[in-house]
Amino acid sequence: MRSGHSCSVGPGPAPAAWRGTGGLESAALPSPAQPPPPPPPADPQPGREMVVEPPPPPLQAPPTLSVMWPPRLWSRRGAGQSPSVPGPRPAGQRQLVGAAWGRHSGETGRGRTFIAKDSLLFGVCLEPNKWNQNYKGHGLSKGKERKIIGPEQTFIALSCREQRAPIRFKTTQLNTLMDVLRHRPGWVEVKDEGEWDFYWCDLSWLRENSDHTYMDEHVRISHFRNHYELTRKNYMVKNLKRFRKQLEREAGKLEAAKCDFFPKTFELPSEYHLFVEEFRKNPGITWIMKPVARSQGKGIFLFRRLKDIMDWRKDTRNSDDQKDDITVENYVAQRYIENPYLIGGRKFDLRVYVLVMSYIPLRAWLYRDGFARFSNTRFTLNSIDDQYVHLTNVAVQKTSPDYHPKKGSKWMLQRFRQYLASKHGPQAVETLFRDMDNIFIKSLQSVQKVIISDKHCFELYGYDILIDQDLKPWLLEVNASPSLTASSQEDYELKTCLLEDTLHVVDMEARLTGREKRVGGFDLMWNDGPVSREDGPPDLSGMGNFVTNTHLGCVNDRKKQLRQLFCSLQVQKKASS
Amino acid sequence: MLQEESDLSLIIAQIVQKLKGSNLYSQLERQAWASLQRPEIKLESLKEDIKEFFKISGWEKKLQNAVYSELSVFPLPSHPAAPPEHLKEPLVYMRKAQGSWEKRILKSLNSMCTELSIPLARKRPVGEQKELLNKWNEMGTDEPDLSLFRPVYAPKDFLEVLINLRNPNYENGDSLSFRTHLGLIQIPLKVKDIPELKECFVELGLNTGQLGIDDSTQVPPELFENEHVRIGQKVLAEQDSAAAQQYIRQGSPTALRAELWALILNISSEPEDVLYYEQLKTNVIQHDLLVDSLIYKDVKLTASNDDYYFVFEDYLYQVLLCFSRDTSVLSHFAYNSASPPKSYIRGKLGLEEYAVFYPPNGVIPFHGFSMYVAPLCFLYHEPSKLYQIFREMYVRFFFRLHSISSHPSGIVSLCLLFETLLQTYLPQLFYHLREIGAQPLRISFKWMVRAFSGYLATDQLLLLWDRILGYNSLEILAVLAAAVFAFRAVNLMEVTSLAAAEAVLADLSTLKVMPLLQIFLFATVT
Repeated sequence: MRSGHSCSVGPGPAPAAWRGTGGLESAALPSPAQPPPPPPPADPQPGREMVVEPPPPPLQAPPTLSVMWPPRLWSRRGAGQSPSVPGPRPAGQRQLVGAAWGRHSGETGRGRTFIAKDSLLFGVCLEPNKWNQNYKGHGLSKGKERKIIGPEQTFIALSCREQRAPIRFKTTQLNTLMDVLRHRPGWVEVKDEGEWDFYWCDLSWLRENSDHTYMDEHVRISHFRNHYELTRKNYMVKNLKRFRKQLEREAGKLEAAKCDFFPKTFELPSEYHLFVEEFRKNPGITWIMKPVARSQGKGIFLFRRLKDIMDWRKDTRNSDDQKDDITVENYVAQRYIENPYLIGGRKFDLRVYVLVMSYIPLRAWLYRDGFARFSNTRFTLNSIDDQYVHLTNVAVQKTSPDYHPKKGSKWMLQRFRQYLASKHGPQAVETLFRDMDNIFIKSLQSVQKVIISDKHCFELYGYDILIDQDLKPWLLEVNASPSLTASSQEDYELKTCLLEDTLHVVDMEARLTGREKRVGGFDLMWNDGPVSREDGPPDLSGMGNFVTNTHLGCVNDRKKQLRQLFCSLQVQKKASS
Repeated sequence: MLQEESDLSLIIAQIVQKLKGSNLYSQLERQAWASLQRPEIKLESLKEDIKEFFKISGWEKKLQNAVYSELSVFPLPSHPAAPPEHLKEPLVYMRKAQGSWEKRILKSLNSMCTELSIPLARKRPVGEQKELLNKWNEMGTDEPDLSLFRPVYAPKDFLEVLINLRNPNYENGDSLSFRTHLGLIQIPLKVKDIPELKECFVELGLNTGQLGIDDSTQVPPELFENEHVRIGQKVLAEQDSAAAQQYIRQGSPTALRAELWALILNISSEPEDVLYYEQLKTNVIQHDLLVDSLIYKDVKLTASNDDYYFVFEDYLYQVLLCFSRDTSVLSHFAYNSASPPKSYIRGKLGLEEYAVFYPPNGVIPFHGFSMYVAPLCFLYHEPSKLYQIFREMYVRFFFRLHSISSHPSGIVSLCLLFETLLQTYLPQLFYHLREIGAQPLRISFKWMVRAFSGYLATDQLLLLWDRILGYNSLEILAVLAAAVFAFRAVNLMEVTSLAAAEAVLADLSTLKVMPLLQIFLFATVT
């Protein structure tokens, strides 16, 4: 492979890879007359590097997609700084491409050609303005598209002899997902009715087509057929209740109690009478009403008196009379958590990403990054009608009168974890995150037998978790198609990395061995049983010192990990062939 | 020797004087009286027994911490005959410069007052008081129209003043000579060079374990972190300020930081302190000051727009509004070169007996002031405790970042230290930037004035402030600023304009401060 590569790119020894990258870059640029990339910036103390781990060189473009959030351009902080400096930017950018390669080869000490090619397999550097176009219009002209993808394709075709034909992907989403898919080397977009290998479908397509679509062995789609068993609020609760009962029968009360992470919930109208009974038993508490099938906080309201809900029933009935083609919408009434944990007086919930590759056996991956979404207004139970206080969905917050898109309303999970650690100590945080792991596992187990297992399917779930003042996590809901639209530069980075790593795990390129415990930001959380953090077989005898393989809210050094992973995979492959 | 002894007795006398009026003093007295009931206190050895009792019951530690705190706040007295203004600032031209700078600020404040025809202070009508009380915890939701207000000054303006500082006794003429400083700061002050800094910051050395380096994921926690955390817990159990200060030089574990800082600053949230905070709050509710609008404006402009700190907006108002009413802050003017501005009751201009300090704490907020508070919100969520910590941090450190003085931690010395370090260790870079009209200080000044708050990621900032507390000095800010330039030197060498240089240094949020400091101080070949 290695020799094939260097032969094809050029006869020169090490600098071949350099020229290779330069060529790729300039091919993507409108004008071919670009100065060669300046030498990589020297590390101030190369000798110390291994010991102190100095931060990466400034402005270093990540080896994967290098992107800038358009509204902010260069300065992260708006006030008092020049917002954009178009002049020197591209220069810096190109230089960093060089820097990335330079460091790369230095670290591994292997031939440059080999490693450079390897890096290319999982990412290319773009310049920011190209990304801009991409983001705004998603309308790359055909010619440009070919320009971008062309060189990569040939590059890969030349370098990997056993590489199959390009992977044909299809998607209807026009957000970060599109950016990631389009820039994945060796992948080509299929439009309309063309044949595809990978389809990131939306839920409506799934409903219409999944039953009568024949799929080849290697084909993958992004949803399970009946994902709604987990993602519709009423089904989720039903499944959890049943699972709890089953656990109580089989493993006792203690084990069943581990399922008590969802607030008391009733399905309306079917469980209306049960609900009224419960309501009468606990006067004065607040309930929240959610439509089961809607998302993004639409149609949600809070109430404390039964009268409110009667009025509402009447209202909905009336409207139903007018348009009798609409059936009665299902709602769940859920006990409202009245003591949420507040930061700076604000309510928030957590968004965590879980990737399920199969249900039988259950194989689930947990992503290290995620975020806390803050409500813009302050939490108080007095203003029960003000839904902006209570709902932290970005979609709802966006319609809030004082929503200011420039003002962040998210914290990355790392920051959140750090904040909690400084307030409550690492032990409490550890417990909280263990409890959250439990939520992910138990909720997936509860639907394990109901969901139609299909090896073509994988699904990326967005879990919404609320934390109360006793640092107990509550499961609010699970989303089958979490928002992939970016609200800020930071958000964009998170989502593109998340999707890239999802694709690494889905592994259309068949590079993984299947024994990996970590791929990029994803940690294998469950593999038909708990996964141990240590290498070797899981030790289930002494549960005491079993450390699960989850790192939610921990440092996500995915780039480094990916580099190591794919390097070692290459080495293994070479050794075996 | 004799001189030292008399110095010591002078210091002791000063501290005794200070502590006599304090709460601690009366508490100790009460404890001593109460201890007389105890069986182990004998009349014949009364003094020794009470001392022993204080030792056992932990009161001695508290006294020790109080003395230590006084020692670290107050400058050592110079000659007993020196006038009090020498305590503020020994150099006459510095005092003068500070005086005229204050006049300018006041003039700007007054003209804003007249322009907008808003009084400096007014009593709120009862209805308004109630309303404010109701939304005390959500002041950030209020969006008053502040478009007419502008910050009294920004760090930029202050830098211009510092650039124009001259020492009248140091004549170097208008023409360039070898004595002309290449940097922006043109006055000679003694600043440390790297060997001296190495000696001063010896605990940051390569052979000492550091949080911010040795707790990274690659290093197994058994090597340093676990043991360091264990020692930290021990220090906290001992309740010893001096030990805590020494300990924190190697960084504070995240979970212990809040308590360690409180211990070093000698803040214990007693009921009286909570009461004091409540009084200040009442004061805010009763009176409306012009500076309130300035504070609002500043928070909206800075912290609310910050990716990290936007959450804490409400806390910032709760702290800063109370701070502006706190007359106990006035006492720090004894050792601050600045003096509190005075205002006169209407119609009595110039009559000393009608003069009041305005604002009551004597501190006029400038653009970015709220960033001194924001990082502390990460550690304390009790408003009264947060308030106390901030006030103590201000009267110990932050005031030095916006008053003109010759103190080694003063902003002038920091600027000069920064420029000298760059000129000495990165002469090419300094020359290049100077040639293209991008004097490095123009970029780094705002970092130093804000003590890097809002520029670094929170965890990194707290690691930096650990060292400020640990060394009781702000010099580390100048060292870090120089280290940042050194770190991005290669990119900076390629820029050709100030704007481009600023762009290279616009985002510091990815930097890791401890490795930078360590490399700059200890691993640079000199």
